[in-house]
Amino acid sequence: MSINEIIERHIISVLVDDEPGVLARVIGLFSGRGYNIESLTVAEVEWSRGLSRISIVTSGTPMVIEQIKAQLSRLVPIHSVCDLTEMGAAIERELALVKIINDGDNRIEALRIADTFRARTLDSTLDSFVFEVTGNSSKVAAFIDLMQSLGDVEIARTGVSAISRGNRIDLTAK
Amino acid sequence: MAKSAPTDRKQAASENGVLALAGAEILLKTLEDEGVEVIFGYPGGAVLPIYDALFKNNKIRHILVRHEQAAVHAAEGYARSTGKVGVVLVTSGPGATNAVTGLTDALMDSVPVVCLTGQVPTHLIGNDAFQEADTTGITRACTKHNYLVKDGDVLQQTVAEAFHVARSGRPGPVLIDLPKDILMGEYDYKTVGVAAVAKQRYVPQTRPDAEAIKAAVAMLKRAERPIIYGGGGIINSGPKASALLQQLVDMTGWPTTLTLMGLGALPASDKHFLGMLGMHGTYEANWAMHDCDIMLNIGARFDDRVTGRISGFSPKSEKIHIDIDPSSVNKNVKVDLSIIGDATTVLEMLIAEMKVQSFAPHEASLTKWWKQIKSWQKINCLGFDQGADVIKPQHAIKRLCEMTQDRDSYVTTEVGQHQMWAAQYFDFEKPNRWMTSGGLGTMGYGLPAALGVQVAHPDALVIDIAGEASFMMNMQELSTLAQYSLPVKMFIINNEWMGMVRQWQELIHGGRYSESYSASLPDFRKLADTFGMVGLVAEKPDDLDGVITEMLATPGPVIADIRVAKEENCFPMIPSGAAHNEMLLGPADQAAKPISEEGMVLV
Repeated sequence: MSINEIIERHIISVLVDDEPGVLARVIGLFSGRGYNIESLTVAEVEWSRGLSRISIVTSGTPMVIEQIKAQLSRLVPIHSVCDLTEMGAAIERELALVKIINDGDNRIEALRIADTFRARTLDSTLDSFVFEVTGNSSKVAAFIDLMQSLGDVEIARTGVSAISRGNRIDLTAK
Repeated sequence: MAKSAPTDRKQAASENGVLALAGAEILLKTLEDEGVEVIFGYPGGAVLPIYDALFKNNKIRHILVRHEQAAVHAAEGYARSTGKVGVVLVTSGPGATNAVTGLTDALMDSVPVVCLTGQVPTHLIGNDAFQEADTTGITRACTKHNYLVKDGDVLQQTVAEAFHVARSGRPGPVLIDLPKDILMGEYDYKTVGVAAVAKQRYVPQTRPDAEAIKAAVAMLKRAERPIIYGGGGIINSGPKASALLQQLVDMTGWPTTLTLMGLGALPASDKHFLGMLGMHGTYEANWAMHDCDIMLNIGARFDDRVTGRISGFSPKSEKIHIDIDPSSVNKNVKVDLSIIGDATTVLEMLIAEMKVQSFAPHEASLTKWWKQIKSWQKINCLGFDQGADVIKPQHAIKRLCEMTQDRDSYVTTEVGQHQMWAAQYFDFEKPNRWMTSGGLGTMGYGLPAALGVQVAHPDALVIDIAGEASFMMNMQELSTLAQYSLPVKMFIINNEWMGMVRQWQELIHGGRYSESYSASLPDFRKLADTFGMVGLVAEKPDDLDGVITEMLATPGPVIADIRVAKEENCFPMIPSGAAHNEMLLGPADQAAKPISEEGMVLV
């Protein structure tokens, strides 16, 4: 397998004008050109200037990752594009809400594991919990895996939000 | 801000350079500000306010086409032959959806077009109203950018930005969707300060990195078997880029090939020109690409029609890629050095740096390289045998070229065999003279494009080299030619087949000619007659020169029906899935080198 065939996972952050259709433009670019989206999150980050930040987790060969960034940069409402994976150490977090329905020993075990993962209990009935867990994707996935073996589970995940470490500002408006 | 009754408006300019006007009038005034002289369009319910404003406007000319697709192609022809932005005006719903093919064509070939579409009033959007379509949704993937104007206060700014986006960086189509209530409401038109703001949001890089230029010259100095591979980016950059290419070629003495979109960037008569490259390019151009050691790509995008099989594409070369669009770099072919910038600026800086570094070509190796190229040229890959009985399509186009040498002619084509023959046998000496649908391959492009070219150049000779099947895809535009007395010469290479489809069926599908025969063709002479035009027919080789002469001498539009050999194939050809050094030269080759199974699935 040559270097160009290795599939890499990248977190790409994009600063965009918060205008109608901007998310459709980004998603359409990915689907139209056959790129992967593992997760995508978007929210307004600068209300006064109407800017939103989109965090995309994608995967592809190095050539494809380069293409994704170049294609994103071409979109008119996009101010800047940053490949956090390429920039080195980045903090990556996601939040999951996990509802588990069980009883008996499984219920006690679920609570104990939730404690180990520093998950917060947001809701409780006699046979259910809703936990909030925060961390990088693999921690969240590990928690969900464990919960699934302990009862009936329903999951809501936010997808990844990320920012680089250190004193550098990566994404600036035009 | 919007006041519903336009009759109330006060047209007097206030102290701060602001006029209160109806949306439709703001639109037209902004078009005037952008230097628009012509609009290609078709009216309908949602755009009636714009047509009403046009009625009262005497600065902008409107050309009424017969189908919205043709409006976009006409605007493309206008844009590509002038370097200006082409403007289209169509109504909502079907007007907009009919324009989609044209917009996609303009996107693929980087043609600056602004398309104005009507839309149902804002309060009806989303209600499946009459002639409502999600135009911005439908066209998001086939425009460089698009807008839905929901607030009349940003109308002027939006239009100004749309023109900036369409013409800057890598040009392309931009669409503005205009709800009817926005067109009728009254808003402020600003006489100052709009242009500067419109340019703030989209700022493509046009000036290259000086270090990249230095690195490029260092690479070029090593070249022993160089080739310059130029594309449509040179044409889009303006005539100065073509002049600079000529200068570069003269300085280096290097062989140069051009893509389909780049024809005319270097005069065809230049001794360094190897002809077009790619699937139906010349033997010498493709072999030189395959065997070169340094490739200088200027404004071309390594399209699959050019590269053939990527793994076999120019395996021994170091590649430099000059492009205004960073996403074109390393998309299909991995290059050793990229230079992002406008072709004119890059070529200026490159030539200057070559002088600074006292660039001199390697005479000995270059002589050897040219000797090799000459031996490829000796194959005479574009040779054909005319014979006495039937007109060969190649001969028809060659004669057309020879007989129009003294005229400054503009040529458009449809899509198919005739298009490739036109690219091979018609010589272009200047940029902006050749308009063809390259990326999208849109049959029906040529006639409306010629219409647009003729509108831009009323006194020039404009020829649509057509195939009979493509011609029929937009021949309703004959009516437009007639209405505006546009003297387009329609030179139909009539072989009664969708020739390229037939050729592929012959080469790849065992000669099973499924649905590729042009049955029930009209009598093109009578067709011309019904539109008040001149119709001519050439049936035998001896008729050809007479028909061309008469066509050129006729002041108005002419349909020339050139009955050519029905089963002629377009050669040379790189079959799909093959590399540049695996070209088929002619019918003898096609049996010897059958197309691979992997090649069959490619388009």
